[in-house]
Amino acid sequence: MIVAIDKTLGTLNGTMIVARREIRDHLRDWRILTPIIILTLFFPMLMNFTAQQAMDFVTRYGAPIIGERLVPFLLMIVGFFPISISLVIALESFAGERERLSLEPLLATPLTDGQLYLGKMIASLVPPLSAAYLGIFVYLVGLILKTGWRPEPQLLFQILALTTVQAIVMVSGAVVISSQTTSVRAANLLASFIIVPVAELIILESMVMFWGRYHVLWWIVLVLVLIALALSRMGLRLFNREELLGNEFDTIDLRWALRKFIVTFTGGATTLIEWYRDLFTRSLPLIKVAALLTFGLFYLAYSVGYRSAGTFTLPAEFVDIEQYGKGLESQFRYFGLFTGQTWRWIVFNNVRALALATLLGAFTLGVLAEILLMVPIGIIGYFAGNVALAGGDKIKFLTALVLPHAVLEIPMAVLSCATILRLGLAVLSVPKGESLSEGWIKALGEWARIGLGLVLPLLLAAAAIEVFITPRVAMSLLGG
Amino acid sequence: MCLIETFDLTKQFGELVAVDNVSLRVGAGEVLALLGPNGAGKTTTIRMLASILRPTHGRALIKGFDTVEDPIEVRRSIGFLTEHHGLYTRMRSQEYLEFFGKTHNLAASTIEQRSNDLLDRYGLSDARDLRLGQFSKGMRQKLALVRALLHDPAVLLLDEPTSAMDPASAHLVRESIRNLRSSKRAIVVCTHNLYEAEELADSIAIIRKGQIIAHDTPTMLKRRLLGEPVMELRIVDRLDGVLKYLPSELEPIEMGENWLRYRASDPDRVNPSVLHAMTQAGVQVITLSEVERSLEDVYLQVVGGNVGSEGEL
Repeated sequence: MIVAIDKTLGTLNGTMIVARREIRDHLRDWRILTPIIILTLFFPMLMNFTAQQAMDFVTRYGAPIIGERLVPFLLMIVGFFPISISLVIALESFAGERERLSLEPLLATPLTDGQLYLGKMIASLVPPLSAAYLGIFVYLVGLILKTGWRPEPQLLFQILALTTVQAIVMVSGAVVISSQTTSVRAANLLASFIIVPVAELIILESMVMFWGRYHVLWWIVLVLVLIALALSRMGLRLFNREELLGNEFDTIDLRWALRKFIVTFTGGATTLIEWYRDLFTRSLPLIKVAALLTFGLFYLAYSVGYRSAGTFTLPAEFVDIEQYGKGLESQFRYFGLFTGQTWRWIVFNNVRALALATLLGAFTLGVLAEILLMVPIGIIGYFAGNVALAGGDKIKFLTALVLPHAVLEIPMAVLSCATILRLGLAVLSVPKGESLSEGWIKALGEWARIGLGLVLPLLLAAAAIEVFITPRVAMSLLGG
Repeated sequence: MCLIETFDLTKQFGELVAVDNVSLRVGAGEVLALLGPNGAGKTTTIRMLASILRPTHGRALIKGFDTVEDPIEVRRSIGFLTEHHGLYTRMRSQEYLEFFGKTHNLAASTIEQRSNDLLDRYGLSDARDLRLGQFSKGMRQKLALVRALLHDPAVLLLDEPTSAMDPASAHLVRESIRNLRSSKRAIVVCTHNLYEAEELADSIAIIRKGQIIAHDTPTMLKRRLLGEPVMELRIVDRLDGVLKYLPSELEPIEMGENWLRYRASDPDRVNPSVLHAMTQAGVQVITLSEVERSLEDVYLQVVGGNVGSEGEL
């Protein structure tokens, strides 16, 4: 215990050594100080004036609600503007030191990677955040003195929390960029990956605030905290003393990427049997946790769909499975079942859905892929729920219409979703010593391997069952 | 006591092998010069020793600590003068040293005392009030050296210590490095300055395309790569008729009107016999001395590609 406390204090001490030096350095730079002073002192006063004018104006026309909503919105804006400077400071943190050639002596000190990284993060956060809090204070004092408006303590706390987590998100993202680029110019070019989402976030927050649903802000805070944690972890994983001094970041080496991909994809196997053996013994265990999580989420989707049947209930005659028997075969034939063309269409549709899930999942930490594939499961749950509500046999419904092809389709969906999740999360869990691109290409190689070796055959077979066998099972169970 | 040891140290960047199976040992009290042209692998080697780069293959030990397993201990044990001084230009010398001292967990009083001593020693005391951005190139390099020495490290890694310095500053820094020699300290100097290498180092490792192609003391390197010492005999009169008095095993390699040169595998034995023979013959000798052969000759021969691995001609 004492050793752990000692270690934590040691880590904190090293972090603060870096942070203090950086903060002192920032505060000597007039290019940082000037906007901070302007945004802290003059901008809130301008906002005071704007708020007062706006309130007077809208009150005159009998729409005081606009003024009431505008004042808290401006409170948020007053806090946000100074923290935008944190982005500039953070983008410069590693790339700037590299450019000024002062990075190598720093890397040769006994500070750990974590101390260097966190020290830089804290240094990028403290001056703009202090300015933001001060700006909020100046704005509030002005409002209280001039209009007597006082914010609800909860609203004030929400704005402070939002300002803080937004700053942390921006800084953690910018430090990741800065530690993965070789120049400030390159870091600035990549900053749009932060600026655009944050701009959209501000629009969303503005809408929420004008809508007056302030409790939604807590959810935004929560999501931002999770994003900040993910980005910080990603930054710490990716931080690599060695690469900070190299030039590899700036060059796109497609041959190297292709070679890495092929090595992962083939797994060194020379025969198909060897390849499959490696797939089962090495690749599948890699997605074990992701597969369990996906399975859990699918179950959750089914349950949510099932329960929502109680809220959005379909008319009983729509889900009376006993009625299905009449003309079932002709309906199946009308929808093109029992034909190779429909099989091809289902295969194409499923491949397209998986491609879209991969594309979305790869850039959203796997989240959108999970959501996309949870939707059909939720719909099945919803219909099963409605069948049960209408007094029907949901087991019979599922066995007749879903189960035959689901036996293969659900494992296929779990496998593909798990590999996409792993691919999306690859940026957060790059093995120490590997670069972001290396970790991601390897995950892509595993995705392709499982996709081609297992998902595609399962998908082809499931589509065949869905077209040729499921309808027959349905007809035999439901009649027709 | 061996403070620096490397075993087949190798570093590869993609296809490029920057350092190739380098094995070195530097003991306490020794100064090793890593000599080689630009891009030979000197800085990569020294960065691996400083635990900034991870070797692709092989290992390095600093004071017994593995550079991969114990990077923090390694960095505690070294003072690293980087090729570029990399000072924080908005700081002043005292606070700059205070920052680096703190990273080494030095007490505030120790930092103050040692930085005062070192700033005095390197003639930087008068510049205390200046921002580092106002320092001259030489002053910056000296302060970077002070930074490397602040925690009194057992291993000193100096990457091009006098580059970009005027002759006077370079001389001062070289003098300082000479004074840093201690029985408890090992020093590695990366340089392509031949004079510097010869002046400072006990041994020189010549590195080319990542490989150590020659490693020995400056004297032995010359002998191995340029052959046995060449002696020059200069007499008052013309040489005609004098040659017959020379010892029979002596073969002149070059001759002028009143001088000749010969190789002497054992000058202590050969030279007295030459002088004795001249005296006996009544020949008046002006000088008998060794012909100076510069390290540059060795370097050009080695780097020019006439030498294989470990100095094999």
